[in-house]
Amino acid sequence: MNSFGQAVRLVSIREIQARLRSKAFVISALILLLMVVASIVVGGIVGKSSGDSTTPVAVVDGVSLPSTGGLDVNRVDDRAAAERLVRSGDVDAAIVPESGPIGFGVVGLDSAPTDVVQALSVSPKVELLDPDAMAPGLISLVGIAFGIVFFAAAVTFGQSIAQSVVEEKATRVVEILMAAIPARALLAGKVIGNSVMALGQIVAIAIAAAVTLAVTGQDNLFTLLGPSMLWFVVFFAFGFVLIAALFAASAALVSRQEDVGSVTTPVMMLVMIPYFLIIFAADNPTVLGIMSYVPFSAPIGMPMRIFLGTAEWWEPIVSLLVVIASAALVVVIGARVYENALLRTGGRVKLTEALQR
Amino acid sequence: MLSVEGVTKHFGDRLVLDDVAFTVGRGRLTGFVGGNGAGKTTTMRIMLGVLDADSGSVSIDGQAIGPADRRRFGYMPEERGLYPKMPVAEQVTYLARLHGVDRRAAAARTAELLERLELTQHADDPVEKLSLGNQQRVQVAAALAHRPEVLVLDEPFSGLDPMAVDTVLGVLREAAADGAPVLFSSHQLDVVERLCDDVVVIADGRIRAAGPQEELRRAAGPAAWELLVDGDVAWLREEPDVHVREFDGGYAVFEASEPVAQRVLQRAVTTGTVGSFGPRVARLSEVFREVVR
Repeated sequence: MNSFGQAVRLVSIREIQARLRSKAFVISALILLLMVVASIVVGGIVGKSSGDSTTPVAVVDGVSLPSTGGLDVNRVDDRAAAERLVRSGDVDAAIVPESGPIGFGVVGLDSAPTDVVQALSVSPKVELLDPDAMAPGLISLVGIAFGIVFFAAAVTFGQSIAQSVVEEKATRVVEILMAAIPARALLAGKVIGNSVMALGQIVAIAIAAAVTLAVTGQDNLFTLLGPSMLWFVVFFAFGFVLIAALFAASAALVSRQEDVGSVTTPVMMLVMIPYFLIIFAADNPTVLGIMSYVPFSAPIGMPMRIFLGTAEWWEPIVSLLVVIASAALVVVIGARVYENALLRTGGRVKLTEALQR
Repeated sequence: MLSVEGVTKHFGDRLVLDDVAFTVGRGRLTGFVGGNGAGKTTTMRIMLGVLDADSGSVSIDGQAIGPADRRRFGYMPEERGLYPKMPVAEQVTYLARLHGVDRRAAAARTAELLERLELTQHADDPVEKLSLGNQQRVQVAAALAHRPEVLVLDEPFSGLDPMAVDTVLGVLREAAADGAPVLFSSHQLDVVERLCDDVVVIADGRIRAAGPQEELRRAAGPAAWELLVDGDVAWLREEPDVHVREFDGGYAVFEASEPVAQRVLQRAVTTGTVGSFGPRVARLSEVFREVVR
């Protein structure tokens, strides 16, 4: 391996180790992972309770039911026995003989047992013309999930790369580093190290989400989400390099940790815009179409369109090329800013100065 | 031999280095002296490639220096700095490896340096937990971790306790004895006078004097002599061809030619007991004041 590659490798390994050494980082990563798993588990439970489960009922002998779908029927001898079961909580409702057109009535404990009433009601036949369309609730939920994961990972690792750049300037260790290796190797190592960590987190979340979906019996949702999750990971890999280079270059302009916030605000905005857009416009095809090609929002926009099935097969590839090209461009410009600003300690370096040769 | 030739540097419109040229011989300790803002740090940064010169070159044994050569340099910047949260041994090993040393050699060298600098018991502590004096020692280890073949040290003794000064000095002498060019800057002229074979004096971005310390000091002024007798040497003032520079009871420093000085000694011996007599070479501080004026 040449010395440049060797230096990049050493720097990126050190970045990863420094990140893993930080308790704050490990804990926040675990929290994000748990949040994703928990939301899938909760979603599964909610889905199940309103779905195919059966409701236990007591039915007095002699009552004939039009259908027993969705009911777990327990036969009893008389009304008194049925009421006992309702009171003890063994069944949700009792079905007793009643004089009237239907020939039976429903007895509940403290509220009308709507499940049972619905199961016994006669409904007209419903026909759906577009049975594959997804519920709007699910669409925005998936959009928010992609948005949160992208936003959280980009901000966490973008901030940590910015802090690590400023740490080296603030502690002056940067001068020793620059005497040993080229500034570009230092930048590349930082970007790669943090990108590996960010991607690692994204992959871990994707795997955890897939496993949780399978374990909780939501395989159908997994089949729906699988391809878009895969594309999300691929887009994130390149999208994050772009974000990381922006964070590193802007952080190189200042020398104190206190100034990191102000100098990285514009980059934070760029990361936040797609996050808000996806929350407010997940079901707007025009907005989504534009988002899926703009480099900053493509990592969210394109997987969403794949999930919705509105993207042609070649669209993610074109969009990915756009992301890669802009990442390369930003890395080149970012490297120049980084190189020129790195040894200027003290005040804030003007961007125009840092871009000059 | 490490050579700096015709190096010029501007910061904006300000000329900070003006045609700087000097050499650092192999096997010699060279002191780099100058006031604050004279251009020492800028010169050293250019030598290390951390900063680009507007013009001029840095070469070793006649070959222009590239990044690969610079990896064999040991550098101690004036602005000290290490990763505060990284453990001592890990940090020194990391810096050695950035200079291209393989993992095993880097670990071995780190252990050896920490032992020598009496930091072994702090090997696994983060740097920020160490006392300031010990942090400076780690800084020394960081500069030497890759067995550099050329040493460029900016104020290496500042902030060091006397024990560490001795260790650093030992290492510098060893490196020089192995044939490495060693350049270090210092504003403590007495330290430079005591340690250095060669001296380079810089002021306002220009080299004012450079060469072997002995020569510079001898060339600094007319021959002077030092005389100490038990009694009074007031008579010295009446001696012809003698210029008394300092006078205090039985002690005097005077300028005179060699034969005149011998005549003075004879008179001193006949008048009383001579404690000491000898040529007095200019102090480095005197040379410095002279050349930067």
